[in-house]
Amino acid sequence: MAAEAKMDPMHQFAISPIGGEELIASPFQFTNSALWMMIVLVAIIVFMWGGMRRQLVPGRWQSAVEGLTGFVGDIAKQGIGPEGRRYLPWIFTAFVFILFSNWIGAMPFAVVPGAHPFTVTSQFTVTGVLSILSFAIVLGVGFWKHGLHFFSLFVPKGAPLAVKMFVAPIEFVSFLVRPFSLGLRPFVAMFAGHVLLEVFGNFVVQGLNAGSAFGVVISALCFLFLIFVNALELLVGGIQAYVFALLTALYINDAVNLH
Amino acid sequence: MELASAQVIGAGLAAIGAGAAAAGVGTVFGNFLQGALRNPAAAPGQTTVLYIGFAAAELLGLMAFAVAMIILYAPPAA
Repeated sequence: MAAEAKMDPMHQFAISPIGGEELIASPFQFTNSALWMMIVLVAIIVFMWGGMRRQLVPGRWQSAVEGLTGFVGDIAKQGIGPEGRRYLPWIFTAFVFILFSNWIGAMPFAVVPGAHPFTVTSQFTVTGVLSILSFAIVLGVGFWKHGLHFFSLFVPKGAPLAVKMFVAPIEFVSFLVRPFSLGLRPFVAMFAGHVLLEVFGNFVVQGLNAGSAFGVVISALCFLFLIFVNALELLVGGIQAYVFALLTALYINDAVNLH
Repeated sequence: MELASAQVIGAGLAAIGAGAAAAGVGTVFGNFLQGALRNPAAAPGQTTVLYIGFAAAELLGLMAFAVAMIILYAPPAA
């Protein structure tokens, strides 16, 4: 029986500098997170430029890009209304970034020896900053357009005064929790999914190493499950990007239209 | 009881919330499907509401996950 490697599903989320140095508290270290963020960026740029040739009859690639922009444009228009176009750049940026990093992180790059794929959105620092940006836009737009009248967002219209006094603090707290929940959602979805993949990938290897026919059966079952979870992971990556864009649009709608 | 084992048990108990969130998400999509099958014409207009409900239900499961992680990786007290 082969020596069993210790299962460490958290290792894939470790941030380490490229080149094997120690991780120090310096912003000028080029880490694997930065590398994969750049890979995501290059992928987005290539995808968008390839489809922006402005042909009158769009080819396949241009149709894909137009489908994507139209999809996000609909989210903005449905969520915010006619003014949604002004906020489309941020919604589109967040959507495409989360979508591409989710999907690139789920690609099996590790079949190339030495390549360690890294899902950028599996870190709360990344998704948290994205949600803070969304929230900053909400606050900025709200106070810019409505001034201190923005606080009327927390007061339900047409309710008796006693109800208003009771509901306003609850609405306020729920408003303050929003950036946290918005950033937590894509992070946990990616994090939990990748832990699951790693655990079942370990089961496959350990089943083969066990050296019995039963182990091989378990291994094959786990491999089938792994394929299924990978497909699910692609679905979840898309849904999380969609939900992030949708909720950003709704929160901006609150700030723009005040109910 | 060892503190470390109590931590692991606590994290496992906190993960029950993930199952509760599964029931919530199933309710959201199941009820949407019921409504959508009865009136398919009205269904496409309601997908936005569907995903908001899904996000709200799912969030509570993610909270359970976050609590489990906090308990599991909390520094042992004293």
